[in-house]
Amino acid sequence: MRTLLEVRGVVNRFGDQTVHNGLDMQVYQGEVFGIIGGSGSGKTVLLRTILGLRRPDAGSVRLLDRELTAMSGAELSRLKGSYGVTFQHGALFSSLTVRQNVQVPMLEHLRLPARALEELTLLKVQLVGLATQAAAKYPAELSGGMVKRAALARALALDPVLLLLDEPTSGLDPIGAAAFDQLLIYLQRELKLTVVMITHDLDSIFRTCTRVGVIVDGRMISDTLEGIVANPHPWIRAYFGGERARARWSRHGA
Amino acid sequence: MPGSHLTARRDAEQLSLTLCGDWHARQFGQIEAELTALDLSGLRAASIATGQAQLDLSGAWLLRDFLRRARDAGVDTRFADAAPPALQLVDRTLTGAMPEATEHIEWLAPGTAVEDIGRHTVRWVRDLVAAVGFIGHAMALLLRALARPARLRPVSIARHVYDTGITAVPIVALIAFLVSVILAYLGAQELQQFGADVFVADLVTIGVLRELGVLLTAIIIAGRSGSAFAAEIGSMQLNEEVDALRAIGLDPIEVLVLPRVLGLVIALPLLTLIADVIGLVGGGLLCHLLLQMPITQYLGRVQGAIASTTFWVGMIKAPVFACVIALAGCYSGMRVRDSSRELGRLTTLAVVQAIFAVILADALFAVLFLRLNI
Repeated sequence: MRTLLEVRGVVNRFGDQTVHNGLDMQVYQGEVFGIIGGSGSGKTVLLRTILGLRRPDAGSVRLLDRELTAMSGAELSRLKGSYGVTFQHGALFSSLTVRQNVQVPMLEHLRLPARALEELTLLKVQLVGLATQAAAKYPAELSGGMVKRAALARALALDPVLLLLDEPTSGLDPIGAAAFDQLLIYLQRELKLTVVMITHDLDSIFRTCTRVGVIVDGRMISDTLEGIVANPHPWIRAYFGGERARARWSRHGA
Repeated sequence: MPGSHLTARRDAEQLSLTLCGDWHARQFGQIEAELTALDLSGLRAASIATGQAQLDLSGAWLLRDFLRRARDAGVDTRFADAAPPALQLVDRTLTGAMPEATEHIEWLAPGTAVEDIGRHTVRWVRDLVAAVGFIGHAMALLLRALARPARLRPVSIARHVYDTGITAVPIVALIAFLVSVILAYLGAQELQQFGADVFVADLVTIGVLRELGVLLTAIIIAGRSGSAFAAEIGSMQLNEEVDALRAIGLDPIEVLVLPRVLGLVIALPLLTLIADVIGLVGGGLLCHLLLQMPITQYLGRVQGAIASTTFWVGMIKAPVFACVIALAGCYSGMRVRDSSRELGRLTTLAVVQAIFAVILADALFAVLFLRLNI
């Protein structure tokens, strides 16, 4: 299996507080990798490090066999077409319609004729299950679930090979979250995407993830879903050991 | 015909295409050029082999577009093996057409022009009513809070006095100094012609104390704090913090607006006092250096020029201007809805309205003082 994303020995410090202390992480092509961890364990900081929005205090990040931490701004910008990101609260540009939001990365990175731009935008909007009417709306006019989908459409704008999602189902009702997970599985299969997602949603983990990485004590323990559930670490046991998790695990296993 | 993304072989009316390489969004222009270069005239059938080519959605769209064009030209197209999955996905997904965005250009026709005037008038009146309502609400809360001073939130007020007042001292002092120097210099040049240079001191005293000190300070603060108020409250609106306050049972006008108004009502008169003093110093310095007027003489002239009302005529305006600036800023901030563009628009509007209202109020004061013979 080809390694698409490799984080090695990353250290992130804020003042005298060390968030990551030699964190390693590997994501293989075609898998859905879930990142979990307690509040303040640095999940979002890790995402920002992977995105090149934050330079780690030590360690390296390799994306698609390229060293990210040693890259110049221009190289980094070119690489940005190969991954798509959604942020925790959608982060849609509030002064643009959904369609303009999806077109922002296309206009920046690709040179498309007007007709191709329109049809590809429509394609991305329909692909994430939004009605075409929603494309003309502003983010403030959308429901929470639609915002998440619109953000996903924007993340898909450049046909990335890697999707990085920060809490994609947070704030959705269980039915909406399940529908979003279905969509994610569908897209992952059809587009042969590799997905890295930060999530707190146990249902979501069991439905979508093939492997899980847990950030504890500034490092990452990663394993298959089965392996992680059986892991003896106290925090992981507490996370998966609760009644809720057991019920889900038995359902998943059945 | 060899290409980096496809190879084409033509046998009379039969075309066989073999795709190769990456058909990715990045290569869009190149692939499109290679596809348009294919000559479709006189063709009857085309057979397409996907081969080792990697298609992403943009690549699939290009292939789909080519197939559509070929079919329109009467060419029978088929795939040597199966159609690539990405193409099937695009075919399955893409239905219908994109609706136009809601924003569209309205051409100016007589009917719409009349309609526009009506619409704007109605909106303007509604805005005015809302603004009056806002001010009334704020004033009612202020009166209630004054009756029970415990509700006044002294910590919050102190923070606003610091933010709007103390941190503004350097810029207010600098501008007061420069403007009074300019005023004294202009006055000196003109008055020297009549040998009346001593009256420069009177000019500076009356000009700075009655008008310039308070007006310039108010305009600087309108730009500085009016915009800050609008931006702070506006971004709280965008974050739903204002709704959160309402949900907790707090009145956002009482929590957000009143401390800002009261803070500025305290800070602006103090800043005006500083501006007045620095202005007189600046004028004195110029008189001393340019007109060789002894400091004692300057001070004497200043004392002579100050009637009992001169200082207070300027100072009385400061709290009024403070109210106007703070209310304009807060009101604009409270009106922000939905988007960051609104935030920018209303912040700009807050500053423009505050400066306009300050100058308007100044004019009204001038008329009032004229009537009162002050």
